[in-house]
Amino acid sequence: MGNNVSGFKIIYRKEVRIMTKPQTISVTAPAEEEFPKEKYDELEQFIDGMETTKGALIEILHKAQGIFGYLPRDVQLFIARKLGIPGAEVFGVVSFYSYFTTKPRGKHTISVCMGTACYVRGADKILEKMKEKLGIESNEITEDGLFTLKDVRCIGACGLAPVVMVDDKVFGRVKVEEVDDILNQYRK
Amino acid sequence: MSEKKMLKVIINDQELMVPEGITILEAAHQAGVHIPTLCHLDLHDFKMVNQTASCRVCMVEAPGRNTLVPACVTKVSEGMEVRTDSIRAITARRMAVELLLSNHPNECFTCPKNLECELQALAAELNVREIRWEGDRMDYPKDLTSDAIVKDANKCIYCRRCETACNKVQTCGILSGIGRGFEAFVGPFGNIPMVESSCTYCGQCVQVCPTAALTEVYHMDKVWEAINDPDKYVIVQTAPAIRVAIGELFGMEAGTIATGKMVTALKRMGFDAVFDTDFGADLTVMEEAAELIYRIKNNKTLPILTSCCPAWVKFIEHQFPELLEIPSTCKSPHIMFGTIAKTYYAEKNNIDPDNIVVVSVMPCIAKKAEAKRPELTKDEHNNVDIVVTTRELGKMIKEAGIDFKNLPDTEFDKPLGETTGASVIFGTTGGVIEAALRTAYEWMTGEELKNVEFEQLRGLDGVREATVDVGGKELHIGIAHGLGNARILLENIRDGKSKYHAVEIMACPGGCIAGGGQPYHHGNDEIVKKRQQDIYDEDRRKKVRKSHENKEILELYKEYLGEPFGDLAHRLLHTHYEERERI
Ligand code: SF4
Ligand code: SF4
Ligand code: SF4
Ligand code: FES
Ligand code: FES
Repeated sequence: MGNNVSGFKIIYRKEVRIMTKPQTISVTAPAEEEFPKEKYDELEQFIDGMETTKGALIEILHKAQGIFGYLPRDVQLFIARKLGIPGAEVFGVVSFYSYFTTKPRGKHTISVCMGTACYVRGADKILEKMKEKLGIESNEITEDGLFTLKDVRCIGACGLAPVVMVDDKVFGRVKVEEVDDILNQYRK
Repeated sequence: MSEKKMLKVIINDQELMVPEGITILEAAHQAGVHIPTLCHLDLHDFKMVNQTASCRVCMVEAPGRNTLVPACVTKVSEGMEVRTDSIRAITARRMAVELLLSNHPNECFTCPKNLECELQALAAELNVREIRWEGDRMDYPKDLTSDAIVKDANKCIYCRRCETACNKVQTCGILSGIGRGFEAFVGPFGNIPMVESSCTYCGQCVQVCPTAALTEVYHMDKVWEAINDPDKYVIVQTAPAIRVAIGELFGMEAGTIATGKMVTALKRMGFDAVFDTDFGADLTVMEEAAELIYRIKNNKTLPILTSCCPAWVKFIEHQFPELLEIPSTCKSPHIMFGTIAKTYYAEKNNIDPDNIVVVSVMPCIAKKAEAKRPELTKDEHNNVDIVVTTRELGKMIKEAGIDFKNLPDTEFDKPLGETTGASVIFGTTGGVIEAALRTAYEWMTGEELKNVEFEQLRGLDGVREATVDVGGKELHIGIAHGLGNARILLENIRDGKSKYHAVEIMACPGGCIAGGGQPYHHGNDEIVKKRQQDIYDEDRRKKVRKSHENKEILELYKEYLGEPFGDLAHRLLHTHYEERERI
């Protein structure tokens, strides 16, 4: 199968990965949270203090996430208006980096790597188990506010695949049976 | 300007001199060598260039660099050798298309863009016979929320032409890339449904989208249903810009005026009456000219802004709510027409307005949403019931098996088909204001206007200004087409930098001739220019060229409406606007 023209090798990519649905914001739903004015002031001061806001959107979003904990609709629109750029542009950047989140984060963030190396070693089953144990989908927060679950792209520890990260801690060669143990370490 | 430095380049063994700074693609064009493109789009006259270089369909070999480069963004250099026809280049280009197809729904048969899709055409041109990659396919739900635009993210190839159109040309800022890599697509802030965004429905994104990722909402079925309902009296009206473009859908050369054939086709399709939106345009001129004179005489808010374009109206509602006092309150021509059809015409012909269905054929997608605006649907019935685009009408004519090219000519029905040259030029940028001036001039001076052609208002510059002498009084006129240009003009008005009496704005670059619902120009702006030429030709051919000399219009005022801008006219032909959120 496949015609090999002038030494071009055809790579067959058979495995089918799960598509992460980009985060979505509801515009009509009331804001999840009203933030105190001080937080907006802090962000505004930060932006005003910048020499130039050109090319600084990522930095500003980073700061904003630090202040608010996450980047809900109103905060994104605030930044857009402040910089005089379309809201869609801000959201485009937010959705590009899995680091940014539009939902409040749990106390701990669990990142299940779905990169190719991890995937072929069963990361999908780990993710399923996590979802089942936590009773949430990816990008959601558990009811008790303890965990946020994320599926992420390669985190550069392929040698340890499959890899799960909780906050900054890396768990390598994770087995499905170990999921409970990992969670329990943070449940005390 | 200093002379551009010339460089020697060799394209497929052909040596030629080209100016410095141009791309391989442009140089190849000069050499008569075709390089396929997909994401690339360059509409010179409308200053729209998309250079994302995302599709890699234009790869060529530049042996000096020992590599393949995208022709659409790579600049030529002195002595550069380019090969577009090597097996390596050909394979690379084919592979680029294969890769796009590996994540594309296999549904050309049932796709609305079938035979009009640039991706499909490329697959044929590059001889793709097999898709050797199998992998994930995107599976996002279609966005069917708006009355005007359908977004099918699964068919998005991420060329980002729509973003360029929406953000750079129209400055609406609705669309942005969402997510990244393989699963990325284009959508509004927060991936919200289009209907919740500040989209104006100008449809410029639809006009440039190479696939069916962005299309209009199709309403052809509803029209057939109405035609086939014996209880319904179905009236169709066609906008000025349709006649100069519809021929293109049947292989006629761009720049053919097909008014007569279009009317014949509509009659054969089974409409009960075939009328002309130009009648509504003449009516609009009467009202708008009267409103302008009223505002000048009574020292009311100036400038007056034309309100024929619903996308532009929605734009000001979202983006400049502080200026909502200045647009004319006139309904758009097809809505005026619908109103008259369901009142005056219904009464005169003894037809129950409830049984009248008004179908508008428009070059425009925004008019689909406009017709659903609550203030235009309330008084017992819709002003206009169904809106279809030029493209949809073309499809329906084909469906009905009508041989358009060989049809005889027929005239529009009377009375709402009687029109003037003034109303024809509504289809192009500068036309609405010129039409209004032809009438306002005579009303203000009481003299006959000898030369009706206001050359100073014509052309394709994005923002134009002119001063017209009306019997010793100077009227300052502003014209903008394309919402980005409209924004410049509005900011100047808001900041008090420009003082105009009257301003015309059309959302689409070029005006309705290049509307979002017109036959796809596939990046060829010559087509648009030809359509504009046609419009002015058609005007010249008309015996009556001033709206206030349209006999049927005068009759309508005498028998029914009373005075222009009078009480009844106000109630029926004017509307209001509301502030909307900017997202
Ligand atoms: S967008 Fe083009 S390639 Fe895709 S299904 Fe439609 S016609 Fe086919
Ligand atoms: S929606 Fe159409 S124009 Fe926009 S990026 Fe996708 S394919 Fe290109
Ligand atoms: S219809 Fe116009 S405003 Fe809406 S997304 Fe498309 S280009 Fe932007
Ligand atoms: S694929 Fe999981 S760490 Fe690289
Ligand atoms: S046309 Fe050149 S990269 Fe798409």
